[in-house]
Amino acid sequence: MMEILAVLGLPLAGGALLALWGHEKWAPELNSMASFCTFIASILLAWKVLVSGSMVVLNEQFFIDSFNVFLVVLTAFVAFTTTLFSRPYMRNEAVLSSLSNYQLRLYHSMYQIFCFTMLLALTTNNLGILWVAMEGATLATVLLVSLYRTRESLEAAWKYFILCGVGIAQALFGTILIYFASEKVLGAGGTALLWTHLDAAKGSLEPTVLSIAFVFLIVGYGTKVGLVPLHSWLPDAHAEGPTPVSAVLSGLLLNVALYAVVRCKILVEGALHNRFADDLMIGFGLLTVLTAAFLLWRQKDIKRLFGYSSIEHMGLMTFAFGIGANFAGLLHMTVHSLTKSAIFFSVGHAVQRSGTQTMEAIRGLIKFPAIGWGLMLGALAILGMPPFGVFTSEFLILTHAMQSHPWSTPVLLIALGVAFASIFGKVQSMVWGEPAGKELLHAQASLPILLHLAMVLLLGLYIPPYLARWYSEAARLIG
Amino acid sequence: MALSSQFINLLASILLLLAFAMLSQRRIRSLIRLFMVQGMTLAVSTVVIASTTNQSHLYYSALLTFSLKVVILPWILFRMIRQLNVEWDVETLINIPSTMLVGIAIVIVSFNLALPISHLAGTITRSTIGIAMACVLLSLLMMITRSKAISQVIGFLSMENGLFFAATSTTYGMPMVVELGVALDVLVGVLILGVFFFQIREKFESLDLKHLEKAEEE
Amino acid sequence: MSAFGFFAQFLQLFLTVLLAPLLLGWVNQCRAWLQNRQGPGIEQPYRKLRKLFRKDAVIAENASPLFRIVPYILFGAMCLAAAIVPSLATDLGFSEAADAIALVGVFALARIFISLAAMDIGTAFGSMGARREMLVGFLAEPALLMVLFTASLISQSTSLTVIVETLAHRHFGIYPSMAFTGIAFLMVLLAENARIPVDNPASHLELTMIHEAMTLEYSARHLALVEWASSIKLFAYVTMGIALFAPWGIAQAADWLGMAFALPILIGKLLVAGCGLAVIETVMAKQRIFRAPEFMGTAFLFGVLGMLVHFLLGA
Repeated sequence: MMEILAVLGLPLAGGALLALWGHEKWAPELNSMASFCTFIASILLAWKVLVSGSMVVLNEQFFIDSFNVFLVVLTAFVAFTTTLFSRPYMRNEAVLSSLSNYQLRLYHSMYQIFCFTMLLALTTNNLGILWVAMEGATLATVLLVSLYRTRESLEAAWKYFILCGVGIAQALFGTILIYFASEKVLGAGGTALLWTHLDAAKGSLEPTVLSIAFVFLIVGYGTKVGLVPLHSWLPDAHAEGPTPVSAVLSGLLLNVALYAVVRCKILVEGALHNRFADDLMIGFGLLTVLTAAFLLWRQKDIKRLFGYSSIEHMGLMTFAFGIGANFAGLLHMTVHSLTKSAIFFSVGHAVQRSGTQTMEAIRGLIKFPAIGWGLMLGALAILGMPPFGVFTSEFLILTHAMQSHPWSTPVLLIALGVAFASIFGKVQSMVWGEPAGKELLHAQASLPILLHLAMVLLLGLYIPPYLARWYSEAARLIG
Repeated sequence: MALSSQFINLLASILLLLAFAMLSQRRIRSLIRLFMVQGMTLAVSTVVIASTTNQSHLYYSALLTFSLKVVILPWILFRMIRQLNVEWDVETLINIPSTMLVGIAIVIVSFNLALPISHLAGTITRSTIGIAMACVLLSLLMMITRSKAISQVIGFLSMENGLFFAATSTTYGMPMVVELGVALDVLVGVLILGVFFFQIREKFESLDLKHLEKAEEE
Repeated sequence: MSAFGFFAQFLQLFLTVLLAPLLLGWVNQCRAWLQNRQGPGIEQPYRKLRKLFRKDAVIAENASPLFRIVPYILFGAMCLAAAIVPSLATDLGFSEAADAIALVGVFALARIFISLAAMDIGTAFGSMGARREMLVGFLAEPALLMVLFTASLISQSTSLTVIVETLAHRHFGIYPSMAFTGIAFLMVLLAENARIPVDNPASHLELTMIHEAMTLEYSARHLALVEWASSIKLFAYVTMGIALFAPWGIAQAADWLGMAFALPILIGKLLVAGCGLAVIETVMAKQRIFRAPEFMGTAFLFGVLGMLVHFLLGA
């Protein structure tokens, strides 16, 4: 119980403190400190769950099982490494984009609040609070995306707010419908929205209502996952916000949204006893993978490019959970968020060096080994090259698809091939060539990039047994 | 049928009517007034449901609705349009009669969608869930067809109203903690957007989102 | 056909044709009072009719026989319409033929003929009026049908007799669907009878008029019949409104006593309705003709909403 309070309380406290002192010299360190403490707390929490199994605490309002605890750790970890990257990045940015004290305070405070809402969404047992937390995460990131106050960033933030606001409203309707169905079984009042109770009673929930609810839920939370056709906010938001925000958006928020979808899927599946929810996820997933892969080809902006790549991978995960390749889906969640944030770290520095986000103008990154190699290896990893972890998960997904839905394999292969061609060609030309651009005022943060890539490499070569057990446990929960 | 449920049906129909009225309203000031009336209708219907079913927590949520949607939000919005000096939503993206036809189609779809649900509901207000769903989708339509940022926000808020009505009419309201959270989100959202309007206006010299040309939609 | 039915039918038709100008006079008188004018008195329409009947008819040289026949067709169609709308009793002689869709058809028939006659002479005004009339009618008809369909849905029949009987026996309560269709019907009534937001019956301003533009070429007895027909049309619409939305007090089958009561009740309702119409016309302003589609679109919307709400709420 203490651990949960720490996991949620630390970022909240950090957000409050940084709202006051976010512009000070030592603010980035405070930011990292808060995230580091959160990470430690999440490790403790995970340890506890690993030892004593899932737990329900604080008047049943919070619920931790092996599925969400691993996401909690992942979220806390990536949030922490991103703050490490954010330290030099935002110091450079403060000079390059001449950020005011107010903007710096806003950035640091909202970063922590954003982490808080994500962790709240992951740990809460109440589907209503899950919704509230997701909406809170939207609001926090809207402020982060519009940080620079340029025309483009305002436009991106507006689009983000409106699309996600509309989407998430559909999710609220879905939640209401679930409450409506469960109220008959569990009685009115507080318990009818608690996930643990719903899970226990899912067999007796009204199937028609739940199937309608799931449509609204997948459209709603799917907007935040970035599922096509509701994806158009995602590349804009990734391109226009500060790069650390792009990293956590891609690496974490999308995961959390997908987590919400999967949680709902478990309930709906239990009530329906058919493949309706799965088929919906397969359909959305395939459409997303395919559309995003072809859109990748036409990108000119480096951050948009990787934004679309995130859409593609989220589609792949949705598909994986749809066909029941849960283990592979969870693994892919992990490696994607590690790899994609590493890529954004290198992209951030590359953009600061070249002073532009247009890929044609970025050249010769290899002269700065951490950035150039980071981007190159990151891109290779995200494209599913062995021996990186993404290869393992994609391989697992593909083999699973071949067994259960053979017709989908060619579609996936085409999409992955197109994605490979577009990303690899573009990254290659950025990495080689004559270097251009200027020195950075503060040296780049190489540690987070290397750390992430090393972990992805490790996961590709060898999954530690406790991690594998953890995944299998979570995969079993998802069903 | 008991008088109270007839009354709720009437209020539900008024909500539907208001959704259409908002869809066809060109003046932003009138739009906000319609939003106020919508909030008022919602609060009244919540009170009626509360008194007929003796669900005391609904009184609180009626109070919450009233203070948030009839007093605070319209006040903020009126202040905003005064300061920003926007009165008219110059033109809608699709002309109004076609919007209305789409709206009617939406109502039919949502009524059909709601039919199985309302058969299952045990509440006295069960038949209104189709109307709630229609209100949500009509507000969505309004957001799609409007070009002014502020009308989109009003569309967003009225969508939230529809959701609130869905919650009260199907289940006598969500648990209080959820309702408070939702209200908080809405309030914070509007405050953030208020700041946003000024920034957009500063950069674009207009609140017309058509000026937000897509930054290289490629 | 029962004796009662025959009698009721005869009485209703007789009264309708006779009282129709009186209703028009009453509306105009009320409007005059509301505008602080003295008004010409409620018998003014009769005086006008008498004057017109006494005059010699002048007909354009190039008028076809159609032009001469139309006033009679118009008058006949309106009499038929007024005859099948149950206003005094539900058990009318024509009740077999009193179908909601047929009623709309009768109105459409009259509209087609008057438009043809307006274009017959070939003047610019006539054609313009005909075009506008068709525009309004084309928009008003679906709205009227929606209103009647909602009523038919409630009573499970398109027979006007059954509809009115069902509505008269309905449990008293709040019916949102009827409220919506009521508004829709009122809007259709205003548009179809060339009343104020759509057309101004008192104006001969060429740019705005609809109905008057079509009858410009008529004179004497022809004009009298056309005018009389339009007052019957107003009367038919008002009684239809009463039958649908306030049917209490109408005489049921073979109820002689009810019949005796039905007449004063009907007259009372007509007085109130005429007054209300005058109020509406006084407080509203004439809209631009280009707004008419929007006005009728709103009416249609109300009608559809009424029907949908009935489906959903069952009320």
